[in-house]
Amino acid sequence: MSKMPTSKLPLLALVLAATLIACPASAEPDVADFTLSNGVEIVVIPDHRTPVVTHMIWYKVGGADETAGRSGLAHFLEHLMFKGTEKNPGDSFSQDVAEIGGQENAFTGSDYTGFYQRVPREHLKEMMALEADRMTGLVLTEDVVRPELNVVLEEQNMRVANNPAARLGEQIDAALYLNHPYGRPVIGWRQEIEKLTRDDALAFYRRFYTPNNAVVVIAGDVTAGEVKNDAEATYGKVAIRAEIAPRNRPKEPVQEAPRTVTLADSRVEQPSVTRDYLVPSDSTAKPGESEALDVLAHVIGNGSNSRMYRTLVVDKGIALDAGAYYSGTAFDYGKFGVYGSPKPGATLHQVEDGIDDILADVIAHGITNEELDRAKTKLIADAVYAQDNQATLARWYGAAIACGETVAMVKAWPDHIRAVTAGAVQAAAGQWLDRRHSVTGYLVKSLQSEEKHS
Amino acid sequence: MKVKLCAAVAIGLSVLTVAAPASATTIERIVSPGGIEAWLVREPAVPLVVVDFAFGGGAVQDPPGKAGTAELVSSMLDDGVGDYDSKTFHDRLERKAIEMNFSVDRETLRGTMRTLKENGDEAFEDLRLSLNAPRFDASDIDLNRAQILAGLRRATTSPGDIANRRWWETAFAGHPYGRPVNGSLESLPTITADDLKAYTHRVLARSNLKIAIVGDIDPDTARAMLDHVFEGLPAKADLNPVEAVSPQGLGRRIVVSLDVPQSVVEFGGAGIARKDPDFMAAYIVNHILGGGSFSSRLYQEVREKRGLAYSVSDSLMWLDHAAMFLGTTATRDDRTGETLDLIQSEIHRLAENGPTADELAKAKAYLNSAFALNLDTSSKVAGLLVQLQLDDLGVDYISRRTAMIDAVSLDDAKRVAKRLLDGGLLVTVVGKPEGVASSGTTAN
Repeated sequence: MSKMPTSKLPLLALVLAATLIACPASAEPDVADFTLSNGVEIVVIPDHRTPVVTHMIWYKVGGADETAGRSGLAHFLEHLMFKGTEKNPGDSFSQDVAEIGGQENAFTGSDYTGFYQRVPREHLKEMMALEADRMTGLVLTEDVVRPELNVVLEEQNMRVANNPAARLGEQIDAALYLNHPYGRPVIGWRQEIEKLTRDDALAFYRRFYTPNNAVVVIAGDVTAGEVKNDAEATYGKVAIRAEIAPRNRPKEPVQEAPRTVTLADSRVEQPSVTRDYLVPSDSTAKPGESEALDVLAHVIGNGSNSRMYRTLVVDKGIALDAGAYYSGTAFDYGKFGVYGSPKPGATLHQVEDGIDDILADVIAHGITNEELDRAKTKLIADAVYAQDNQATLARWYGAAIACGETVAMVKAWPDHIRAVTAGAVQAAAGQWLDRRHSVTGYLVKSLQSEEKHS
Repeated sequence: MKVKLCAAVAIGLSVLTVAAPASATTIERIVSPGGIEAWLVREPAVPLVVVDFAFGGGAVQDPPGKAGTAELVSSMLDDGVGDYDSKTFHDRLERKAIEMNFSVDRETLRGTMRTLKENGDEAFEDLRLSLNAPRFDASDIDLNRAQILAGLRRATTSPGDIANRRWWETAFAGHPYGRPVNGSLESLPTITADDLKAYTHRVLARSNLKIAIVGDIDPDTARAMLDHVFEGLPAKADLNPVEAVSPQGLGRRIVVSLDVPQSVVEFGGAGIARKDPDFMAAYIVNHILGGGSFSSRLYQEVREKRGLAYSVSDSLMWLDHAAMFLGTTATRDDRTGETLDLIQSEIHRLAENGPTADELAKAKAYLNSAFALNLDTSSKVAGLLVQLQLDDLGVDYISRRTAMIDAVSLDDAKRVAKRLLDGGLLVTVVGKPEGVASSGTTAN
């Protein structure tokens, strides 16, 4: 038996995880979408199988919207949002959720901050009222802020400081973005987290937590009609308190130099290599381009039939694992990644060369129609499987909209996948798998032992 | 294996420990013409079918000195099967988007298969092959073994893995429960193809099999599927007996030095068996102590009031021949001693005084209505149905559960808090905890 997960705590979705959760969704559920007069966008995803509802609010603000020098502020505020309001002081919100048998959690990414409750359907309006209240009603005192900062520092210890692979991930991002704030860890750099204050949090809160910057996604045993009435009676009453400026973050200059970073830690027992390329996101890509990247990632690196796994793990036997991913849910830039870890007896260098050969082959010769069909079958089936999980659907829609997409774009995703051609996949590989726009990261035991690879 | 990006949250035990209000879910117990039983929930809203199953056995049935055998078997059941080598079989599965996963814990080998309804026939055939005709080709064994060994090497420097492994091997020294489920650097290399085949033949049988089917499938199709997939398995499993046991080393603290900024702590004590009349009271008491909501005492005292940790929780665990409660936290090295003392004093306080009437009422309300949250996906429902069968709770358990929770009185809760929490703790700590040393009868 496995241990009880410790998931029911406000959790931070690190950049990678946050940008990966979205991609497919299906056209099947009858998704409704409307906007209240104060700007709150409401998305309703009916699922009548069980009398349960998932209620999520997404603020279009995340780590990339912080002021330089105050990294981690968006995430710190996410934690502090559980400290109560004048109307619902202390932890009475959480107490209410617990008493009705609900679950709650929260997460922060580079582009969004989200809060959710999963509750029996009859309690939805109560959740909406509580969430509407804390949109502008948060009260913070020093004696709740200080222990929470320690909690966040322990979270940083747990997720990053204690984990060499996570530390390498931070270094890769910092090197990948020469100018854009995606280079900062969402949880923050430790020395900046330590200095965050109550005033910082409240200023950030007043600037970004306002109805015209919020998206509410409700998935479950409800209809759009009943949600609309309740939304107007709760969220609809919150006054706009800040104008939201367009998210014009500093953009990347022309990237001209491939970068490499190496993280050495005596605790590393299994070396690995990861390379991330700067690519378009679902929001910034030309039509069809991000879907071509989805197919490309699947064909070269998703699962045991992929080219990377077949070639490097099974046929050549030089890697224990190898794969690729495309993270397209982001407001500004997407990320395309490849990775591998050598089998004992093989070197990082051999694995990296093997990956490069596979990428070069796709760029030169494209993919076969058979690979294309198989990838489409799998990606479209994923969208059907997703309908089985209301919380998954809610996250897909919420993340996509918070990153600048629309409900229509999410719904159309399976059709866009169907339309991808082998030529489009080859073109995407040729254009975007350019070493000059990439960072290669090595995770090793000691710098000496790996000198030959750098 | 590495860089798995989505931080997937395991459902694990949470699914099976929650209660049941009125729900639309109707469980049908079906028996195939060949005599194979399954629990079925029909759900036509989404065109998919999930089949979950568990064979009693798991890692405790690993041969002596060959810990990790079941783990290696489970990692290979979707590799080469029948006439298909590993590549061909994986290709066959992916072409129809058929998903198959196997896993092992101490007492079960579990599988889950998910398919689109339209591909059901092929999916059922693939599942039949994987259970009845695994090939265990030498090249596949080498690869899977190497991957498990890589995970074991990584675990040697992971504080959480070390703390957990040390807890189990201390609590159950000399007992199969004390052996690591995924084996060791020493045991893995000794496992042969014959060992894998022998394990499969002994454990993958019909007598120790529990099955759940959820999705867009009718009972006749489901019955035919049961015979097709499972009828070819041996009728009776050949399992080695496992002795009943209680966790040892209570009262001990074991510190393992590792150069990390945050110490990871595992703590636990003797629990209460699933069949014990006090189980439900113990479950409620544990929810109040450290169960998964923001209101638990440990969460409030350790995290909310003092900011000592990001996470702290514990849960009841029940095996066929042992029961315990087990919790974990992680805290900065210079405050580890304070955190440990606080956890121990909270456990002591609850043992001595029990919960308050208000805490009891709130815990009952939570546990009663939280159940529906665990029925909102086909996979969760299927996992729950298999667990209810493994725990031998009966097909009507869901309808009885609320009354069982409501029947726990404050006196029951106080009495059981004492019984559950007064037996002492075994604590393992990995890191550089300041001022915390190993202690207890056989400290090392």
